[in-house]
Amino acid sequence: MPGSLAVEVYGLAKRYGATTAVHDISFTAATGRVLALLGPNGAGKTTTVETCEGYRSPDAGRVRVLGLDPVRERRLLAPRIGVMLQRGGVYPSARPLEMLRLLASFAADPLDPDELVDRLGLRESAGTPYRRLSGGQQQRLSLALALVSRPAVVFLDEPTAGLDPQARLATWDLVRELRADGVAVVLTTHAMDDAAELADDVVIIDAGRVVATGTPAELTAGPARLTFRAPPGLDVAALAAALPAGCGVAEQPAGHYAVTGAADPALVSAIAAWCADHGVLAGDLTVARRTLEDVFLELTGRELRV
Amino acid sequence: MTARTGLPGAGPAPLHRVVAAQTRMELRLRLRHGETLLLTIVIPVVLLLFFATVDLVDTPGDEPLDFLVPGILALAVMSTAFTGQAIATAFERSYGVLKRLGATALPRWGLLAAKTAAVLVVELVQWVLLGSVGVALGWRPELAGIPAAVLFLVLGTAAFSGLGLLMAGRLRAEATLAAANGLYVVLLLAGGLIVPLDRLPGPLEAAGRLLPTAALADGLRSALTAGSLDGGAAAVLVAWSAVLLAAAAATFRWE
Repeated sequence: MPGSLAVEVYGLAKRYGATTAVHDISFTAATGRVLALLGPNGAGKTTTVETCEGYRSPDAGRVRVLGLDPVRERRLLAPRIGVMLQRGGVYPSARPLEMLRLLASFAADPLDPDELVDRLGLRESAGTPYRRLSGGQQQRLSLALALVSRPAVVFLDEPTAGLDPQARLATWDLVRELRADGVAVVLTTHAMDDAAELADDVVIIDAGRVVATGTPAELTAGPARLTFRAPPGLDVAALAAALPAGCGVAEQPAGHYAVTGAADPALVSAIAAWCADHGVLAGDLTVARRTLEDVFLELTGRELRV
Repeated sequence: MTARTGLPGAGPAPLHRVVAAQTRMELRLRLRHGETLLLTIVIPVVLLLFFATVDLVDTPGDEPLDFLVPGILALAVMSTAFTGQAIATAFERSYGVLKRLGATALPRWGLLAAKTAAVLVVELVQWVLLGSVGVALGWRPELAGIPAAVLFLVLGTAAFSGLGLLMAGRLRAEATLAAANGLYVVLLLAGGLIVPLDRLPGPLEAAGRLLPTAALADGLRSALTAGSLDGGAAAVLVAWSAVLLAAAAATFRWE
């Protein structure tokens, strides 16, 4: 049943001692769709996913995966989900192909481990002990292990962290195939291009709360913005006065200028004329919709996270 | 609406196949490590050869091998069910393997069953090998006592697995490594395996009688020398198993 709910999270809260990792998180993930949990470090992404996987009991709220309670009905649920942990999970002396065959033998109708090894570029290292694999190879094996049992729901915690560009593309292709096969994919990431490339639905969380939900198109909707770079300290009031009525100019950060107002050919021409009159060379002049990254930084702030 | 049908996969394999696959994996991993071979085969064989040929300790009875060989068989059980299993399980926990396996079709009891089956297979190999070395040295066991010896193998495995899992499920991996090796040496020397307990100072002797090593070794000696079942030794092992397995189950952390 494509489009039916595979993951339902309502009002989830989770505390560890005095620390509250998740205050109030709600979202649903449907079969045949990719949902990205996007958030800065420490936002509560991993706690949320591990609650769905049955590793954590919610302190409040309700979590259902394939209609099952992930903690109380874990034995029924575990064979039907695929899990990629953020790190570890493999015997240090086990070889990739050996570990894949082990998890394949747990399933009635698994994917072919050899094919997965080829797809993820692990053929040369298929016989190398896990502890001697590179970080990227370990990531790819972990992804393969999440898929080999052909689960109905897949949870990927930071699936592209530490991958080179080729491995990222291979990962994206696999996730798209899962979606096409009707699998519900829930992934966590703080990489904007992961979310922009893959996600049908984005849930932005920060400090344990949902701050925005929607498709990437919905989240980035709004009028196009015009930005350009120039030497710091331009007289923005004078520039704004030379522009069509209703336009404003702001410099943030220094040397980066954003123009508010309808971006049309007349606006571009007016800015270019003003710059020419004042001997200013404007660079990187672009007219663009907001990106997911703009939305993310607006919602979660620009300060560094610890 | 909730999806309970239309799942892409066909679900899990039958449980006996899942547990069998995990058992084979456990065996492969154990046999892959050189230190396992040292612990389970080399050290017991060397100790057996050494104490059988060098007359260092006075042993009770007419035939020193009747004391020594069952003691080494008990040592084999301790090294595999306790030392080896504790260290392996502790590192599997710290590497997140136990956590990862928790999200598969393998139930927790299935993982423990696989570990136990692998331990029993290794112990049987050890016993056949050590028994053969003993026979080559002139040991003549009472074959009628083999069923009783197998009973003690099972009881000893339960007690020592309980101790190993109690440590592995709670202590850090490095602490388990140190403690499991330390206890191995203490029990080897003071556990009535090679040195008769009556050779130890009084208080140590009394304490040694209550150790699972002494109960296992004494039970094996009665079985393989007289062909009899030592009920007292069996009771000590049953008590240790109950306490240690219950404590391990109550405190075990999978992450």
